Amino acid sequence: MRDSLILRTTTRVIMPLLLLFSFFELLRGHNEPGGGFVGGLLAAGGLCLYMLAHGVDDARRVLRVDPRVLIGVGLLLALAAGLVPVFQGAPFLTGVWAENKVPGIGKVSTVLLFDVGVYLVVAGTTLLMVLSLAARDEEEDDPC
Amino acid sequence: MNQLVVMPVLIPLACAALSVLASRSARAQGIIGVVGTGALLAASILLLRTVLEHGVLALQIAGWPAPYGITLVADTLSAIMVVLGGITGFAVAIYALVDIDADRREAGFYPMLHVLLMGVCFSFVTGDAFNLYVCFEIMLIASFVLLALGGERMQMEGALKYVTLNLVSSAIFLSALGVLYGLTGTLNLAHLHQLMPGVAAEHPDLVAATAGLFLVSFGIKAGLFPLYFWLPSSYHTPPVAVSAIFAGLLTKVGVYALIRMFTLVFGDLEGAHRLLLILATLTMIAGVLGAVSQYHIRRILSFHIISQIGYMVVGLGLMVSPDPDVRRLGLLAAVFYIAHHIIVKANLFLIGGIVRRLRGTEELRDMGGLYRQMPWLAALFLVPALSLAGIPPLSGFWAKLSLFRAGLQAGQWVVVGAAIAAGVMTLMSMIKIWNEAFWKAPPETDATAAITIEPLDRGRLAVLLVPAVGLAVLTLLIGLFPGFLFDLAGRAAGELLDPTPYLEAVGAVATGGAP
Amino acid sequence: MLIFMAILIGVLYSTGVYLMLRRNVVKLIFGLFLLGHAANLLIFTVGGLVRARPPLAAVGADAPPPDVADPLPQALVLTAIVIGFALTSFFAVLAKRVFLATGTDDTDALKSTES
Repeated sequence: MRDSLILRTTTRVIMPLLLLFSFFELLRGHNEPGGGFVGGLLAAGGLCLYMLAHGVDDARRVLRVDPRVLIGVGLLLALAAGLVPVFQGAPFLTGVWAENKVPGIGKVSTVLLFDVGVYLVVAGTTLLMVLSLAARDEEEDDPC
Repeated sequence: MNQLVVMPVLIPLACAALSVLASRSARAQGIIGVVGTGALLAASILLLRTVLEHGVLALQIAGWPAPYGITLVADTLSAIMVVLGGITGFAVAIYALVDIDADRREAGFYPMLHVLLMGVCFSFVTGDAFNLYVCFEIMLIASFVLLALGGERMQMEGALKYVTLNLVSSAIFLSALGVLYGLTGTLNLAHLHQLMPGVAAEHPDLVAATAGLFLVSFGIKAGLFPLYFWLPSSYHTPPVAVSAIFAGLLTKVGVYALIRMFTLVFGDLEGAHRLLLILATLTMIAGVLGAVSQYHIRRILSFHIISQIGYMVVGLGLMVSPDPDVRRLGLLAAVFYIAHHIIVKANLFLIGGIVRRLRGTEELRDMGGLYRQMPWLAALFLVPALSLAGIPPLSGFWAKLSLFRAGLQAGQWVVVGAAIAAGVMTLMSMIKIWNEAFWKAPPETDATAAITIEPLDRGRLAVLLVPAVGLAVLTLLIGLFPGFLFDLAGRAAGELLDPTPYLEAVGAVATGGAP
Repeated sequence: MLIFMAILIGVLYSTGVYLMLRRNVVKLIFGLFLLGHAANLLIFTVGGLVRARPPLAAVGADAPPPDVADPLPQALVLTAIVIGFALTSFFAVLAKRVFLATGTDDTDALKSTES
């Protein structure tokens, strides 16, 4: 299956689309269906597709960073989003919005920051699971 | 000030994130582990001091008022438990510097240790029943990974049993939550306390069934009498540092949940307390009988956990008595017992681990002669061992004494008799470990042939000894100056029996309001 | 409808328990999975089975209109499903590792921690 030309060619088109769509879902999630969780799953799905087409090593190379780094950074972002209101005297995790709008995104808020953290954690966790399971299967020489 | 309540959750979370980022450097992970758990301990002590000064603290997360949002509450009991979590975490993080091998570090021991501590501390401070479920799951998934890390055959078998029984418990917990929500329309513990009398009058049988579900679920987690079999078949399989933190904290989270639920929510359900008292008595006896027949250090200690859980739950079960003095004394004894037990039991596992390193086995029959080699280690072992058995003037003596007094005042002769018998048998098996491991001459056969663990040099032994000595000193201090802990436990018991400060802190929980 | 749901939940619980009592590790996983779903469905059912509108307030309004569905049980179930997903996938990996380490999937043969 790793040598399928069709899969490789379609992956070249579909993976960027999936990643783009995952960002779209992330940003739209505030008021409409979507959000960091779905976005993270979509992003991980895109990379899993790449992994199926090109193998685990190439997928790791495309990802550039260790999935564990994604998890760590995501957790810290979510934590930071929770701590911002604490410094303003509001309870932990209260949503805080910036005054000015950023074009294309709207008002930046700690809620968005939290969602970005969720996005990274979900993508990182899923990739960590799938990549290590797939690596083990490749070692065993009989992919199941 | 109220923001302090969330610190015991945030510090381990931040440490987990940082040590995931540092996953390539075992050294950095070790430093984060020790500093982070140290910070957790400091924050928890600060929290306890603040609670003692200002009364119960509550934090409405994101500012959503109770019962709509998630409330974090720290009363005296929660604060004591968080401090104990911090102490155990700190001790184990130091011990793990030497005890955990490179493979397990790379596979993520430290992040999971922090996640486990986060789950444990979160369950102590949460004021919401569903949130408690989520905390349990955080704690469980971390404990699953810690238990299975390394992948040795014994570990895998132990993990399978542990995971299965705990997932069953979670499923029961979830069902209980569903029914409870259907009955009351809320899952905020303070709100539940207010609604429960009305609901119980309307549907007494449904409330009893729900309480039964909670009892079974928390009973599995705590290791109560007919539900404890997962514990002795899994706790001796992972590395010692993991065993120690499991032994110190995990079952006690179950006991904490039992105490919280069966005082705050089901405080007036006499039948439940009677059942708890019976089960607790059977737990004391069954656990200690299991220990008598064992010759494997950590298996003996695991069975003793079960037996000691019995003592704690007896304190809660004494709420059958209508006399407020007895109720207060029983809960006081339970809280005191938990505090004493966490410190002592974690320490016994740590010292058992040192013995294992020195002898290369945990089988008592193959050991011996340690007293001649290291008399101070033998003395160090005796402090927690005799404390566990309840010898004055160590901490266990005061814990048992207050429990016996409560039991005698309640007129529960059978329970007190069983507790005394279990205490004597505890002493017996502690003497057994002492005799076999330290006192008797080593066996003729060369047991050292089976050593698979790398030998200890002096520096590494010293690192292993630091937490053990620290915990032993703590045991001695509690034993010599029990007044401080008695005051704390008394205050916690008072707040459990009259939760008005708790309700006021959660605040704004008006009457009714079920959707 | 309520009767139907009650029967369904009962069937799920009993099937789950039955599967868990078999001696096979894979059936054990299925059993636990079914238990979790029975609990989810139970929460969903006791939360009130009603035909009602989604609990959304119109722009500018303070509260949603009357006769909306209670969103909390669904949030609880959603959380529980995600947690259950994580636990089940962990258990599946664990079962594979158990099989690789012990060479058996018969729970009766996994007794070496008991002696």
